[in-house]
Amino acid sequence: METMPWILALTLATLRLATPLIFASMGGLMSERSGVVNVALEGFMLMGAFAGAVVGYSYASAWAGWCAALIAGLAIGALYAFFVIELKADQIITGMAFNLLVMGLIPFITKILYSSTGSTPALLVEDRFTFEPLLLAIALVAAISFWMYRTRSGLWVLFAGEHPEALTASGVSVRKVRWAAVTLSGGFAAFGGASLSLFLASSYSPLMTGGRGFMALAALIFGKWKPVPALAACILFAFADAIQIRLQGVKIGGIEIPVQFVQILPYIVTIIALAGFIGKSRAPKALGHQ
Amino acid sequence: MKRIFGFLLGLTLALLLTLFAGENPWNVFTILVRSAFGSMYDLGLTLSYTTPLIFCGLSVAIGFHAGLFNIGAEGQMTMAVVTAAAVGVLFPQVPFPLAPILAVLAALAAGGLWGWIAGWLRAERGSHEVIITIMMNFIAAGLAGWFALKIIPNPESQNPETALISPNYMFKDYDLIARLFPDTPANASLIFAIVIAVLMWIFLWKTAWGFKLRAVGANPEAAHRSGISEKKVQIAAMTLAGALAGFVALSEVVGSAGQYRIGFSPDYGFIGIAVALMASNNPLGIIVSAFLMGALHKGASDLDLETSTITRDFSRIIQALVILGVVAQGYWEWFKHKRRKG
Repeated sequence: METMPWILALTLATLRLATPLIFASMGGLMSERSGVVNVALEGFMLMGAFAGAVVGYSYASAWAGWCAALIAGLAIGALYAFFVIELKADQIITGMAFNLLVMGLIPFITKILYSSTGSTPALLVEDRFTFEPLLLAIALVAAISFWMYRTRSGLWVLFAGEHPEALTASGVSVRKVRWAAVTLSGGFAAFGGASLSLFLASSYSPLMTGGRGFMALAALIFGKWKPVPALAACILFAFADAIQIRLQGVKIGGIEIPVQFVQILPYIVTIIALAGFIGKSRAPKALGHQ
Repeated sequence: MKRIFGFLLGLTLALLLTLFAGENPWNVFTILVRSAFGSMYDLGLTLSYTTPLIFCGLSVAIGFHAGLFNIGAEGQMTMAVVTAAAVGVLFPQVPFPLAPILAVLAALAAGGLWGWIAGWLRAERGSHEVIITIMMNFIAAGLAGWFALKIIPNPESQNPETALISPNYMFKDYDLIARLFPDTPANASLIFAIVIAVLMWIFLWKTAWGFKLRAVGANPEAAHRSGISEKKVQIAAMTLAGALAGFVALSEVVGSAGQYRIGFSPDYGFIGIAVALMASNNPLGIIVSAFLMGALHKGASDLDLETSTITRDFSRIIQALVILGVVAQGYWEWFKHKRRKG
């Protein structure tokens, strides 16, 4: 086996697989830095993947799907914001309920649209994205790291998560800041889902996120709730995923590693990352507090 | 009372959704009721869903009592079920009364271990138990799938399932409930589940251990100051949660199927969250709410056949909306507030 092309291919695969994770963890960052726990990322991603695939297919355009994913994501993000901010529902339980709701709603809608509960029809290969979401993801990280620490509105989000009372004292509504942050969180996570269905694949297939929403959350925690370290963590998890795909069916010393062992690799890496380094990671002070 | 209202609100919203699919919500509701309770066969299936839901509801509830959110019941249950099947397939000579006890104990140990890992990581490493248990669910599915398909596959079938356990392990001959509901997986484990729920109620409210567990859940800081080790309690609670989910091996492997079938669970672990929340984590209430959710799940799985546009996945919508209806009790205050404003 030639080493150089192999490394190149692995690097490219890692970057591609990192794209959905990066978007989702930036979504998580928005919400959690503003003080709202977000375990609904998985559901938001599914929503984006589904909306993107349906609209992308109907208009034969990945960009149309991309916009649809954004709208669907903002909508479900706003709904989540309504539950946790206005109704003050438990954030983790509500988040899990949102995941369940999306998992139930998508087959419900596909049945109405396509009379099936499986995958959506696929986009033509030339219609789907080739590299764009990856660049957008990296641009988003750059934009957020500038905006959050260097602009007034970015600091509002940080203060909503660290010292909400100080923000209130300076005359800014914590409620509104959190509303905006959580809604955007839905939009970003939905981009992550759409990059699965329009970039890594060309259609929506049931439960295609495979826990990536939770991995993105783990990457966020592993990255100490900071944009660039979270990006690095996403790349680490994506690397585990890329290795996993490469190792399927590979024989080591004449023995094939069972595919199931290989497939659980990214989940194990996630647990090790959370277990090994969380001690140094500090959550936003007001995270989860009403 | 508010919880019952929340449940009804969630159910109503879910039924109203069926309007979008061009169905009559009342019609859907009657299908749900009929296919949950319509005949002894239907009732038997409803009860066969109730049993694992009691176990998983108790598993989620004990986590909540200690202030932890156990989303890992699904994985803990999977590990337990595959372990029970493994014991039954690999040690066929064990004589009858001992065999099922052995299989269930092994299952409890496997489920408990899976919970212990999450509890230990949470207590000692501060890892978020929600993410850890989700990851553990995926790992459990992978490991169990490998074991079932590669180590003890069913030689007589193409289905993804393990070989049948030796008949010594099954208590079918003594099972009155199974006789009452012929051709359904309903079995005497239901009685056992109810007993476990009562025992858990006694444990939580009548023993010092249970008090410590609830103290950590209610106020970890106060518990810590009064000399309770919250780490120990968190680890113990997650281990118990895993073992409780592990009891599903009793109803699934030893009580009915006699094997581990990949995908046997319609996400019992997740429905368990709704079960626990509806009952405010009260073990006795969980018996009732497990029955309700079991009925809804059985009802929803018949929607596939009985309607042209609604599928079994509708069960998930009901679960989600019921959870939201129960957990978002804030709408009471919110509406009051709105009315005052307007």
